[in-house]
Amino acid sequence: MLMLFLGIQLQAQQCNYSISGVVRDFHDGDALVNSTLSVNGFEIYALSDFDGNYKLEGLCAGTYTITITHPECEVAEFTVEVAGDVKRDFKLEHHTEELNSVTVKGQNLTKGSASSAAQLLQTDDLENYSNASLGDALREIPGVSSLNTGSTVVKPVIQGLHSSRVLIINNGTRMEDQEWGVEHAPNLDLNTAANITVVKGASALRYGGDAVGGVILTQSPKAHAKDTLYGKTILSGASNGRGYGVTSTLMKAYESGFYIQGQGTRKRSGDRESPDYVLSNTGVSENDFSVGIGLDKFTYGFDAYYSMYDAEIGILRASHIGNVSDLVRAINSGEPFFIRDFTYDINAPKQDVRHHLAKLSMFKRFEKAGKLTLDYSFQQNNRKEFDIRRGRNDPSLDLKLTTHTLQSNFAYDARSDFKADFGVEASYQENFPNPETDIRRLIPDYEMYTFGTYATASYDLTEKIKLDGGFRYDFSEIDAQKFYRNSSWEDRGYDVDFADIIVEQFDNQLLVNPVFDYHNFSGTLGGRYQFANNWDLKLNFSSASRAPNPAELFSDGLHHSAAIIELGDLRNKQEQSFKTSLELNGQSGGFTFGVNPFYNRINDFIILEPIGVQYTNRGAFPVHEYRQVDARLYGVDLQAAYYFNDKFDIKTSFAYVNGQDLDRDRPLIDMPAPNVNTVLSFRKAEWNNLNVSLRNQSVFKQTRFPNNDFQVNYINESGSEVTETVKISESPAAYSLFHIASSAEFKVLNQSTLTLGLYVDNVLNTAYRDYLNRQRYFADDLGRNFRIQIKLNY
Amino acid sequence: MKNLKILSLLFIATLTFSSCSNDDDNTPELINEEEVITTITVTLVPQTGETVTLTSQDLDGDGPDEPVVDVSGSLQAGMSYTGSVLLQNETVSPAEIINEEIEEEADEHQFFYQVGSGLNATVSYADTENDYLTNGSTNPVGIDFTLLAGTASEGQLTVTLRHEPNKGAEGVSEGDLSNAGGETDIAQTFEIVIE
Repeated sequence: MLMLFLGIQLQAQQCNYSISGVVRDFHDGDALVNSTLSVNGFEIYALSDFDGNYKLEGLCAGTYTITITHPECEVAEFTVEVAGDVKRDFKLEHHTEELNSVTVKGQNLTKGSASSAAQLLQTDDLENYSNASLGDALREIPGVSSLNTGSTVVKPVIQGLHSSRVLIINNGTRMEDQEWGVEHAPNLDLNTAANITVVKGASALRYGGDAVGGVILTQSPKAHAKDTLYGKTILSGASNGRGYGVTSTLMKAYESGFYIQGQGTRKRSGDRESPDYVLSNTGVSENDFSVGIGLDKFTYGFDAYYSMYDAEIGILRASHIGNVSDLVRAINSGEPFFIRDFTYDINAPKQDVRHHLAKLSMFKRFEKAGKLTLDYSFQQNNRKEFDIRRGRNDPSLDLKLTTHTLQSNFAYDARSDFKADFGVEASYQENFPNPETDIRRLIPDYEMYTFGTYATASYDLTEKIKLDGGFRYDFSEIDAQKFYRNSSWEDRGYDVDFADIIVEQFDNQLLVNPVFDYHNFSGTLGGRYQFANNWDLKLNFSSASRAPNPAELFSDGLHHSAAIIELGDLRNKQEQSFKTSLELNGQSGGFTFGVNPFYNRINDFIILEPIGVQYTNRGAFPVHEYRQVDARLYGVDLQAAYYFNDKFDIKTSFAYVNGQDLDRDRPLIDMPAPNVNTVLSFRKAEWNNLNVSLRNQSVFKQTRFPNNDFQVNYINESGSEVTETVKISESPAAYSLFHIASSAEFKVLNQSTLTLGLYVDNVLNTAYRDYLNRQRYFADDLGRNFRIQIKLNY
Repeated sequence: MKNLKILSLLFIATLTFSSCSNDDDNTPELINEEEVITTITVTLVPQTGETVTLTSQDLDGDGPDEPVVDVSGSLQAGMSYTGSVLLQNETVSPAEIINEEIEEEADEHQFFYQVGSGLNATVSYADTENDYLTNGSTNPVGIDFTLLAGTASEGQLTVTLRHEPNKGAEGVSEGDLSNAGGETDIAQTFEIVIE
């Protein structure tokens, strides 16, 4: 791609004018080294030097088109009028990595803001997780952990926060996939992303003001503007669960900037296994595909994109329990009560989720002003949850969430030292819980309207100091229609506070129409100081404001796998976070490191906490209620690497979070335990690019957890009445796992590369349970897993 | 290589299918849950004398109201009672008899009657799966049972219904819960007096 013509080649013309200047990154104004500039129709070339300077010489008076290429940027064309020596600086749109991974030096991490703590996962890292989930891949990043339901439902946790507090932006569109539920994994196929950025905080205001935890941004592969057809296929197999996966991507691009691409994934796995037993009913079947078409010129373009995600996910059979004494039995026995032989069959309890995303976007670039984009997206999320029911096999929960979003952004980038974004966003959302389930609706029928507007800016104070800031306002209105049992309505005191919203009374239920408005304000302010080459310091303050989600407002009912009755509260207001984050990155010789301490104060933090016990014909159930408390989280993410030579290196990362409920002065529930990841790698390019690494993953015991244990009276198996403490609070013991990964590349046929990967997860077949796995009461986590992966680039 | 690309394209194409439908209605319809067991009635009919009924009624299901538990009278010492259990959903009218569903899935259900310490009584099963399913199985279901009241005493009787218990496990067919597993559909305790 790089043509190493340095200097000039003169045409046989009597011309000696020149064009000179600097080539810079469109976004951050950094000089771009090694850009190739060519004058269309003439054999005149130049290459930009280390400071981005170039000079094209030997031009006559006239109008020329200059094409600039750079390995990290989109090909750009500019028209220049020459009537003498011309000074002209160019800016290139800096794109992230292509399908065929190119080494990217200046990673595009400006999605949040220059001052915010953010990290990028590249194609290579993501490909290793081709047959796993988004949440699994993101754990590579220090400070990102996951909240699991077994091994198949994996939700990312950023510095201790998850679900509605973490926004997932799929190729520019905010995912509306019922993310409020702790058992709802992101409905997104990892293989659609070329790279993923994690912003640890609320500073990515363009995408939403309610990112109390952070933002996860996936980006689809971008087409090269040249006539080409390329693709890749990854085949995966795993011993644990006898799973397999296929994913294929195909891209056809034209020099005109037009492209068309398609991608599909199929994953299948049967029951997974812990070291000692089969985890019955933990199979997965997933089919996803996406198609895209578009035109990508430098000054204008459009994209049309559609993706579908369809997954059937088995939930551990033994985690479906009837009452608290079932839970006591499960905790005491230490083994699942239901174990059957391996099968690919997925029975109830299970989830069947389907997500459609269709998106139209267009942009126009205005010279000396910036880029205007307009996006429309449509999303439909259908979630069916199947419980074990008497006499019927249909879902007990069937929700259809439809969202339309319209957004527009104007990015001002005419000056190299000052950039700004302004935008507006509006959405309409409708939730339809299907009454044919014959089960009372967990989440009611509702319509929601939102409107948001924001402005963000960054300014280069000096060469070394960048400042940035932003502000966002969001309005949302939720208009719900919900049935309450008369007894629940009165028990919650709603008959006093909300008597005016009753629509209709029935025998033992009533229909109400709550309409709530929320005004949310969020902002960010920060700076980045590059005090030496390869050393920088970032400081960022951000405040996010999040309106309560439908579960926090409206839940009232039994939550099966936990045997807990969960109650929302119509009185819940929005929560507001104030986060300070500091990040220091440095390099000295072969040693690099990063330190990211943070402090997050959250007012009116919505938590689920126990308030008592409720008796039914099925026995007693603990009742948990969504309440608001003031909370604070602090912690640190550390990473360090040492490169011994071109063959060996060692990398290690550590993450710690400390969460405290300030009102009750006790720890917050479900905070990730401190953990250390260390990878020792060996590579040798001469041996087919052989890569071998040994990873140690050590998770400490979480010593800080709230005591939610409760007492239950029941008649035990031998007929005597006993009082027992149900120990739901205690965290599992610390554990340490070893994983091996290896890969090598082979040239096959003429233009293709085959990469063969062999992996062993949990090499020692260690039995362990994780504090952030909701099935830790019922079964051990996954045992040893041999995996093979064959990747073919063509 | 070209073949691979075509194959890849075919693979993507085969995954391409979609579904779309929209059913809108402005006022959501009322759901009366059919599977809720609001009422448990255990009827104990003696050879002579007064029938004793044990009831537990919880009309709001998982709602905040507690079940109302009632025992109609005391048992006669030394008397053998013919027992049966009736499960109903009284949130719908007429009340739905849940027993029918249990009988249809007799092989996946079993009642357990645990006699608490202090109470001098024994319970034995009086039915088998075969009574409902004609499947030849002699495993008990427990809709019908026999209760033999011993000497005068007081104590608790706990009625448990398990869904998908391990009926083959040791002691389960004799009514021992220890190895039964499964998940609990009902569990209610009654205070019994034998006079």
